[in-house]
Amino acid sequence: MMIEALSLGFFQRALLAGLLLSLICGVLSVFVILRRMAFVGVGISHSAFGGVALGFLLGLDPLWSGIGFAVVVALLIEWTQERGRLEEDAAIGIFFAVAMALGVLFLNLSRTYNVDVFGFLFGNILAVGPSQLGEIFVVSLVVLATVALFYKELVFLSFDEEMAWVSGVPVKALRYLFLVLLALVIIMAIYLVGIILVSALLVIPGAVARNLTRHIAAMVWVSVAAAVGATLAGLFLSMALDWPSGATVVLVLGLTFFASQAFRLGPRRH
Amino acid sequence: MSPVAITIRDLSVAYNGHPVLEEVNLDIEENTCVGVLGPNGAGKSTLLRVILGLIAPTRGKVLVFGADPRQGRSQGNLIGYLPQRPLTNPRFPVSVLDVVLMGRYGRIGLGRRPKKEDREAALALLTRLGIPHLADRPIGEASGGEQQRVFIARALAVNPRLVVLDEPTISLDACSQDEVYDLVKKLKDELNLTVIMVSHDIGAVASHVDDIICLNRRVHVHAPPPIGRVALENTFGCAVEYLFHGEIPHRVVRGHDD
Repeated sequence: MMIEALSLGFFQRALLAGLLLSLICGVLSVFVILRRMAFVGVGISHSAFGGVALGFLLGLDPLWSGIGFAVVVALLIEWTQERGRLEEDAAIGIFFAVAMALGVLFLNLSRTYNVDVFGFLFGNILAVGPSQLGEIFVVSLVVLATVALFYKELVFLSFDEEMAWVSGVPVKALRYLFLVLLALVIIMAIYLVGIILVSALLVIPGAVARNLTRHIAAMVWVSVAAAVGATLAGLFLSMALDWPSGATVVLVLGLTFFASQAFRLGPRRH
Repeated sequence: MSPVAITIRDLSVAYNGHPVLEEVNLDIEENTCVGVLGPNGAGKSTLLRVILGLIAPTRGKVLVFGADPRQGRSQGNLIGYLPQRPLTNPRFPVSVLDVVLMGRYGRIGLGRRPKKEDREAALALLTRLGIPHLADRPIGEASGGEQQRVFIARALAVNPRLVVLDEPTISLDACSQDEVYDLVKKLKDELNLTVIMVSHDIGAVASHVDDIICLNRRVHVHAPPPIGRVALENTFGCAVEYLFHGEIPHRVVRGHDD
């Protein structure tokens, strides 16, 4: 049955999309974990719901309105924290609730409680078409190239932003750049697991790698391997059991995390 | 008199309307090692942060080698900096050598990888500080004294003419404290550095620096050691016997006011 599935066009596209998305999520996940930005991922992804709903209301492509919304919210989170007295977590809590509320309102006004919305909330990677696959490919290329270009600076920023500034690294620009990358990846990854679950892809692979490695170079590879492995395994499993694809991928990721945690708590390594 | 490394004129800094530094005037000569003494909340760290360009003065001006520190930074005149708590995340997965290399990232520039000569330079600094054998160890697994050496090496990796140390010995035992002070003195002479070192440890600083600045919101004294009882009492606002447990270098010097 698996062999049959592999010959189906939609499943091939789903596999390829899943591979690309989990690859970029695995890379960014390392920085999300090290910079303690797990909640930022949750905030941006849930905010994207407002943008998607706005797309339905105005008849725009929900993907692009979602990207716009996510980027704006990401920048607002950073700006509020920089200018005001609020900590990042409070800023995120505010923006994501407001954006979700706007989303519900926009949907109500557009009167489209339909399957499309459900797809954005929970992901439907089996419905990815050739043009969407192209978009995912371009975004993946941009994200990977940017991270490769600024890898050493992103590591330094995660380690100590103030020292990075004193050492001549353009810290502020890189902070905003990272948030934009995060917003881009989140909005692409909603094909895979949907808005509700996308933060799992940005948190769990890095957490698994954190458990299993002691050096950041190894951490990147293990994180990517965990993300890609769990995504492909999840897709095959969901196909075989006829389970929802996004939820299955997240559950496989969750199992991987518990396994890595058990390994860490097991025999002590030195 | 040797050329001036740092000029501070009428510097005031306030946070939310609360004055932290007021009308500070200082000239710090090149190739001197200056200790900044003062009680908690005296504005010592703030003074360092203004010199580094991390915060802008509310009033007045700061010149580091003749330029505004922010301008200097963008022109590549970087300052070596050892923060008070340099390791904010002790389990961060990088090696000792990686940490020292980070000091060079600004010089290497965006989009370029550290090359072999960068690694060699970082390793040479670790050798200079006596810890080349730690290069591959995770930073969190080095001891307190070793970590302090690593972060001093990172401060030197930016190729600075000025090095700023914020409480370099605060988390160290008495033995390692002396080692760090001796090390700083040696590096200053070998590399022709100007060093500014903040501390609240009066005895230790007095015996290791060329000049002492007593700071408590204002500069009370700027003179070579030993600093007398009256000046210290004015700075700290309490009896000096208490600070020294009775062992004070007992010579009163005249504080100079610009």
